[in-house]
Amino acid sequence: MERSTSGGGDGRGARPTAHELARYEALFAARTRGMKSSAMREMMALTERPDVISLAGGLPDTSTFAPELYAELMAEVAAESTARALQYGPTEGMAATVECVVEVMAAEGTLVHPSEVIITTGGQQVIDLVCKTLIDPGDVIVAEAPTYPGAVPTFSAYQADVEQIEMDADGMPIDALESTLDRLQAEGRRPKFIYTIPNFQNPGGVTMSLARRRRLIEVARERELLVLEDNPYGLLRYEGERLPTLYSLDAAAVGRGGASDLVIYLGTFSKILSPGLRLGWAVAPRPVLEKLNLGKQGADLCSSAVTQMFVAAYFSGRGAQGEAGWREYVETLKDLYRRRRDVMLEALSEHFGEGAVWTKPQGGLFIWATLDERIDTTDLLALARKSEGVAFVPGRAAYVDGRSGSSSMRLNFAGVPDQDIREGIRRIGKAIREQLGLLGSLTGSGGPSAAGKAAGKPGVGGKASAAGASGPAEDDAARAGEADTRLADVVALPRRDGTASARRRQDR
Amino acid sequence: MSEARKVAVLKGGRSLERSVSLRSGAQVQDGLARLGHEVVALDVGPELVPELLASGPDVAFVALHGPDGEDGTVQGLLEAIGLPYTGSGPAACMRCTDKVLAKHLMREAGIPTPAFRALRERSIQELGAAAALPAMQGELGFPLVVKPAKGGSALGVKFARTGEELPSSLVGAFSYDRTVLLERYVKGRDLAVSILDTHEDPRAGGAAEAGATALPVVEAVPREEDFFDYESRYEIGMTTFVCPAELAPETTARAQELALKVYELLGCHGFARVDLMLEQDTDELWVLETNVVPGMTETSLLPQAADAAGIGFDELLERILASALTR
Repeated sequence: MERSTSGGGDGRGARPTAHELARYEALFAARTRGMKSSAMREMMALTERPDVISLAGGLPDTSTFAPELYAELMAEVAAESTARALQYGPTEGMAATVECVVEVMAAEGTLVHPSEVIITTGGQQVIDLVCKTLIDPGDVIVAEAPTYPGAVPTFSAYQADVEQIEMDADGMPIDALESTLDRLQAEGRRPKFIYTIPNFQNPGGVTMSLARRRRLIEVARERELLVLEDNPYGLLRYEGERLPTLYSLDAAAVGRGGASDLVIYLGTFSKILSPGLRLGWAVAPRPVLEKLNLGKQGADLCSSAVTQMFVAAYFSGRGAQGEAGWREYVETLKDLYRRRRDVMLEALSEHFGEGAVWTKPQGGLFIWATLDERIDTTDLLALARKSEGVAFVPGRAAYVDGRSGSSSMRLNFAGVPDQDIREGIRRIGKAIREQLGLLGSLTGSGGPSAAGKAAGKPGVGGKASAAGASGPAEDDAARAGEADTRLADVVALPRRDGTASARRRQDR
Repeated sequence: MSEARKVAVLKGGRSLERSVSLRSGAQVQDGLARLGHEVVALDVGPELVPELLASGPDVAFVALHGPDGEDGTVQGLLEAIGLPYTGSGPAACMRCTDKVLAKHLMREAGIPTPAFRALRERSIQELGAAAALPAMQGELGFPLVVKPAKGGSALGVKFARTGEELPSSLVGAFSYDRTVLLERYVKGRDLAVSILDTHEDPRAGGAAEAGATALPVVEAVPREEDFFDYESRYEIGMTTFVCPAELAPETTARAQELALKVYELLGCHGFARVDLMLEQDTDELWVLETNVVPGMTETSLLPQAADAAGIGFDELLERILASALTR
């Protein structure tokens, strides 16, 4: 318990009067007036307690990193360069750390020159710096729907207008992107950049197809738009073939063996090593990179030298198999997360009711599940948290309008032990059944009348049972070669018959 | 100024209003410290009663929003251990927190409150209550407001615009409480009247004259949303507060009179905030609910209303504290 004993105020922390309040409000920047903490976040804060199983985090599992290795690396940094580790570093990052970035990018099949890289304080800083560099109030950012919940407040802080493009099993449909761009043009609004997470999207769990990647680059080139490619999980692929990054596709299009001139690439050590290090990076066209650098000077001068040197030391090490140590660790993580993903998929099949669909990600950390459209997952979270002790991220967090995505949820499988995944999904399933049973009674339909409603909706997961529907025209030709992989990302639960739901209601 | 006391500030807890309560508590602590009191801040949890017994305060300041702080639970415990506390007693807390009960009481007493019906989750399963929904819809019309019976945050408050939307609105609201209120939607202006007891602490030498006073009316004008929702209620800038509200003098007087009546009817003590609607088409005033532990944050309505009445925050705290000792 917190205890503060104080007497005799010195005026600090004094409560503002209504007049003062009005004064502060007048002093707040227009952009911070738009900032708000949401009710949902309040609720999320309450899930951070030991008896709550949280599938809400964006966490990798750092318990798999050997403490001995951590100690060894820190000792190495101390022995070799304490003074440098404790000092400021260059804004663009330390050369040895940039080399690590080049190595990771190469593992993603993307060749970059060290001079094109800037080290940042987590990948999140890249989003912030890119907005700082490019966005004037009212400028448009085109993003996927759903999009990374953590990007939403950043976009809002810079007063961007965000246009979201509903994804399907192949990521952002490019024809929908083009019609949005056309509409914006007709309205006299020019988007500044397209924000996408092509691999194992957060929160959608889907991966942008190769054909769409190519089309996206074409569209961006035609219309002279920048693309912010957010790729935190690319190396965490559990199955299927690696797809080229947008950056490498554009670099190839530019030719001359050079760099991309319209893709800003965002990478991070958070998911392949540790989020606690707070290290990410951007690779960007030179003029943009210079502005990012200036922006970073204003934000924090440089990222931590201590953790940059830790990374450099870590990347120089060999693993037990004699390979680069960091690559062996990524393999360990992949084995672990693949298994957990499968545990979660199995638990979902067992515990989520009919009408629910979810993505089957080929990598990354998240599954996106969509329920009967009459269930609001923000309310479901309130119920599940209170009566079942389980948490997830309600879908609304991934939409800028704060309303869409209301029957979806993001589930993290990577940072949670197997038994907690099973138990967590079981608990959510119980809460869902309770709500569906109640809905059934209220509508007198004797069960989830809207079974399939969710599945019929467009969007991530929605494609699952719409397999027969014709896909976007621009992809059809390209898809011939890709055969059935386009639905491999999504799995739908077969509908149960009416007796099952009737029985379930009696169970309550 | 009254004598210095050791004051336990109860705040936080595990409700959906935790962070608001922490902010209320922090403001209260600072003010009490400025007044020369010794402050013991307690984030309410499983150790609350042992901590209270161990720290031995003279009085408890309840800045705890949400179920335990507002439904009489904490008040009952404080009475059991013989510790004076601020605000209303257990019975008034129960009457105010249960919106269904409060509305029944108001209706019986002839105080205007929007037409309503209550629905228990259990009755749907066990008594076929769903069959009564068409009658309720017919009576209340659309849009109608669906609220969890308890809970001060706007989480779970839904607008059903059509009969189609009603079942999911109900299920949503049932996520927060096993009883929900269906209420006629009153379109108009959002008003709040805070009531402050003018008890003087006889030991401080003041007159022992008692009575509740209505503070100036505050109007909350939502800036963007079509609904005065949870977020805008607590965030600076999302809502514009006008105090005193720009109303016809007779409307102000009527709002204050109604608020005082409700305060007395529900048996409140010390202070409370009564929320009303001024209906756009009819100019009628309707009482929605009463909050026994109104917010004390920088954007809260009670401190603003007191400020408009020339009662500074510290004086407000002193008066609330005095009410604990005059129960």
